[in-house]
Amino acid sequence: MNLGAIDPVLLIASLMVAATPIILAALGELVVEKSGVLNLGVEGMMITGAICGFAVAVETGSPVLGFVLAAMGGAALALIFALLTQYLLSNQVATGLALTLFGLGISAMIGQAYRGVKPPATAKLNLGPLGDIPVLGRMVFSHDWVVYFALVLVAGVWAFLKYTRGGLILRAVGENHDAAHALGYKVVRIRLAAIAFGGACAGMGGAYVSLVRVPQWTDGMTAGAGWIALAIVVFASWRAGRVLLGAYLFGGISVLQLNLQAAGVPVPVEILSMSPFVVTIIVLVFISARQKGAAVAPAALGRIFHASS
Amino acid sequence: MSVIRLERRAAPSRFWSVATPILAVALTMIAGGVMFALLGKDPVAAIRTIFWDPLFNTQFAAYSRPQLLVKAGPLILIAIGLSLGFRAGVWNIGAEGQYIIGAICGAAVGLAFYPADLWIVFPLMVIAGALGGWAWAMIPGLLRTRFNTNEILVSLLLVYVAEQILASMALGLLRNPEGGGFPGSRNLQQYAAASNPELIAGTGMHWGVVAAFIAVIFAYVLLTRHITGFHIRLAGQSPRAARFAGVNPARLVLLCLGVSGALAGMAGLFEVTGPAGQISIDFNVGYGFTAIIVAFLGRLHPVGILLAGLLMALTYIGGELAQFMLGLPAAAIQAFQGMLLFFLLAVDVMTNYRIRFGRGAAT
Amino acid sequence: MNDTAPLLRIEGLTKSYPGVVANADVGFSVRPGRIHALLGENGAGKSTLVKMIYGLVRPDSGAMHMNGAPYAPASPNAARAAGVAMVFQHFSLFDALDVAENIALGMENPPPRRALAARIRTVSHEYGLPLDPTRQVGELSAGERQRIEILRCLLQNPGLLIMDEPTSVLTPQEVTILFRTLRQLAAEGTAILYISHKLEEIRALCDGATILRLGRVVANCDPREKSARDLAELMVGQTLQSPSRAARPTGKVALSVRGLSLAAPHTFGTALKRITFDLKAGEVLGIGGVAGNGQDELLAALSGEALAPAASIMLNGAPVGHLGPNARRALGLLAAPEDRLGHAAAPDMSLTENAMLTGAGRMGLSHKGFLDWPKARNFADAIIAAFDVRTPGPISTARSLSGGNLQKFVIGREILQDPTVFVVNQPTWGVDASAAAAIRQALLDLAAKGAAVIAISQDLDELMEISDRFCAVNEGRLSAVRPAHGLSVDDIGLMLGGAHDMEMRHETA
Repeated sequence: MNLGAIDPVLLIASLMVAATPIILAALGELVVEKSGVLNLGVEGMMITGAICGFAVAVETGSPVLGFVLAAMGGAALALIFALLTQYLLSNQVATGLALTLFGLGISAMIGQAYRGVKPPATAKLNLGPLGDIPVLGRMVFSHDWVVYFALVLVAGVWAFLKYTRGGLILRAVGENHDAAHALGYKVVRIRLAAIAFGGACAGMGGAYVSLVRVPQWTDGMTAGAGWIALAIVVFASWRAGRVLLGAYLFGGISVLQLNLQAAGVPVPVEILSMSPFVVTIIVLVFISARQKGAAVAPAALGRIFHASS
Repeated sequence: MSVIRLERRAAPSRFWSVATPILAVALTMIAGGVMFALLGKDPVAAIRTIFWDPLFNTQFAAYSRPQLLVKAGPLILIAIGLSLGFRAGVWNIGAEGQYIIGAICGAAVGLAFYPADLWIVFPLMVIAGALGGWAWAMIPGLLRTRFNTNEILVSLLLVYVAEQILASMALGLLRNPEGGGFPGSRNLQQYAAASNPELIAGTGMHWGVVAAFIAVIFAYVLLTRHITGFHIRLAGQSPRAARFAGVNPARLVLLCLGVSGALAGMAGLFEVTGPAGQISIDFNVGYGFTAIIVAFLGRLHPVGILLAGLLMALTYIGGELAQFMLGLPAAAIQAFQGMLLFFLLAVDVMTNYRIRFGRGAAT
Repeated sequence: MNDTAPLLRIEGLTKSYPGVVANADVGFSVRPGRIHALLGENGAGKSTLVKMIYGLVRPDSGAMHMNGAPYAPASPNAARAAGVAMVFQHFSLFDALDVAENIALGMENPPPRRALAARIRTVSHEYGLPLDPTRQVGELSAGERQRIEILRCLLQNPGLLIMDEPTSVLTPQEVTILFRTLRQLAAEGTAILYISHKLEEIRALCDGATILRLGRVVANCDPREKSARDLAELMVGQTLQSPSRAARPTGKVALSVRGLSLAAPHTFGTALKRITFDLKAGEVLGIGGVAGNGQDELLAALSGEALAPAASIMLNGAPVGHLGPNARRALGLLAAPEDRLGHAAAPDMSLTENAMLTGAGRMGLSHKGFLDWPKARNFADAIIAAFDVRTPGPISTARSLSGGNLQKFVIGREILQDPTVFVVNQPTWGVDASAAAAIRQALLDLAAKGAAVIAISQDLDELMEISDRFCAVNEGRLSAVRPAHGLSVDDIGLMLGGAHDMEMRHETA
């Protein structure tokens, strides 16, 4: 065992990388849930984004194009969910599960041709003098663009929900869709847009796993990240800022356990590998016990809207 | 303002509740055919290979017909348990984890007796399997009733934990001491007192299939004739009315999760003692997830689940056949199954709504 | 005033839904500065009519004119742009958002938040409807919530203000304030379309009325020139009969509630505070109160859906507070909650199954947990026959019944189980007049047979008609119980408002 081999600076740097896919996916789901829709298909949209992004990046040699297509792939899958739940009024839980099962299948199918292929590298962003700051430079300012994009998106979603009229309308639809409808807001269309946004974010998050974090293609490689993202939305009490906190907490644990495994800590590998999931459950329990009875979730979450008038 | 409108039916349509699964299967065949064509395969040949050849092709049927029951058994057993919860609005989506833990607990009991040749060993293993699955499902159950923690997320996250426990068991505690260091437990099929053999040669019938049939009958009686089944249906449709009828929601959550966990655990035990033969890192093939599709495809009705389980088993066997005969990727069949659930959910709208064409109310 | 041109003129408006003609050839007009009543029973077509004016529903045929120009709003946005504003019966508010956000959502181009908050403060004071823009709406009383709706409209300077049953959630004192505001608005030139089925209100407030029955206009009149009875008969289309009320000798105490306190079941619920009263066999106790003051919680505490300390509720001398609904049913304490669809009955289940819902134990429909469906069906048939429930039969779903018929079924289901104590919340809410009369009569008959009845209602006329004694619930507290005979409107208003008596006032201070 060699705990000295764990470099705290690298640990935080890799924590930021590990957290990025979760931030993206959780942020997307946050917007979806704020609109009153529960999409349990995050895992499916992530894995679809992962393969779309991977395939496009390999074929074109452009990781950026890969991320764009990953977002589109995730959004396309999300729109199937939207069509089913918003127009055909299907059960959101069941449809979300279908999305995950379908996404895992379709991605493995496309992914066959890409096993063992190495994707083009996503370059680190050169932030000039910021990167030269001792310690902090290496820790915070030496990442690729997606890491910063995710952070900007957190701020963007936060500001959108808090300060804009669009954000207010989105929250209103998620609180009481009948009242929003009575006031003349297009509930279904607003939810459609939110679901597509959620899919795009999840897709990008997935692509980050396959193009940067790992980077290669294996079947089912998102390995539960989508479910973690769903848990983090609850953990965050539906607030954008806290998504960041939750994702960093989770990223920290997954990076730490990998480091501990590498350092040869005398704890069974399986215990370390399951720790992110166990910690997520424990955190979820604490949060839900504290939220008990308090109305923090959007009131219309998961309810079917059918304008009968 | 839409041209196509949905109008809620006064009562769910009986015709459509039977017709939608059939329509969904037909639509999936069409969409699946398109998918296979895009993969460069002959769509007609692919569909025939999946749905027809396993049963009627003279060359393969002798092998694949028994497989139908082998694969349908665990799917039906798990789906019956899940359907009770789904009806009550209790979403256990971690049956895969309960299946794994049930298998581990049951196998551990059997291996503890090795090599004693007692008739009691197998029944004890079944009980241990059921208890293992039950206990694993009680985790989300108790967290939900005590702390109001979302059972969907917890039950699912526990699948990943269960997989790690499985890996640890296959490599450590339960590893075959005479296995030359290879991962995996002793082969239980070769330990007569703990094995789950084919009961009637050439049918694929084993104790798990028997248990599945019993579960179907049990669930049918429960849902149609017993107050508990009535309360399960009531709680799912109308939670406040259920409370008014005297249903204790917490008890119902524990009951539904417990029963589905126990059945999934038993399914896991029957699998490791029979078709899989041993605890290995990847003995589980996703029945716990596919059973969700089976439950919905069967419209959460015991008899429907029986039929849906057989159909889904057919797609597994046909998929393997198509993989072998036509080089169809294994993942294609998984996508195909996902598609089936999509179509089912899509056409399900016909059961509760009438579709109207023409301009009407601005909705 | 009569020479002013109409602001809104409606001609030949027709709208039908499958199986129902909601509006047939409806026409009337509203002039600026006038308060015009739209009067009709539940189901007369008032809601559909105003939804068409507000752009939520499109008419099949007919025409509307606003200031002489054709007016056909495609959406509420278009209606608002044309100067139409509406206060909904069931508030279109968002509990988790604050007052300013709720108001901004109802405006086309809301000013920035700070400016909006300032305007809310000034305008709300101007019209005597004080409101704090930063309060979360879920915490407000029904009266305050309605102010938000009104303010949301006022901030847009509407030419036409539609009020849909605005007083159903207000205390008499709050009604007075509302009327003052509406008169002030009318004096400033706003046209007001006032929808109600409360006749005295309309006679006090409105200077014109259109009466609807079964989707058709049956009269256009000046309500001040008609008696309430005339208006009622126009509205209902038949001569009215009050329920017969035999003098009822009351028996011994059947239900005794002592210091019943329960925490609020959820964030926006009401806590019950030291509820105390006695109920005698053979009497009807009316409990009035403005919506959301603890009625649902009180019913849940009595039905057994919410558990309480054992001795806080005594049934025939035995403690039952700790017992669940079925145990209380077994002892003869039965209840019918307000929400028919989803609480008292399961919408997608058949009437047979809904009969099983509460009848399983008392009617012997189950043996050792196994259900006797043929017997449940017979029970459902018996309810349908005894209470004149209009339905094809017991296999129909609860949802397929009209509100009145389902309510008769729900009430009948409990009454046929022969309760010793029967608690009902909003027995005739949203029910047509003939069904309402039948339900009230059934409650009186039940009491006459010696059962004790508690009727919780927001309809004071109803309570005065059937109650022997009366009390009011306010913020989870129960006023002192007083004989209903001889109570004045002012007395009742004070009771509803929470100023019950000196002792109570002392406690709340």
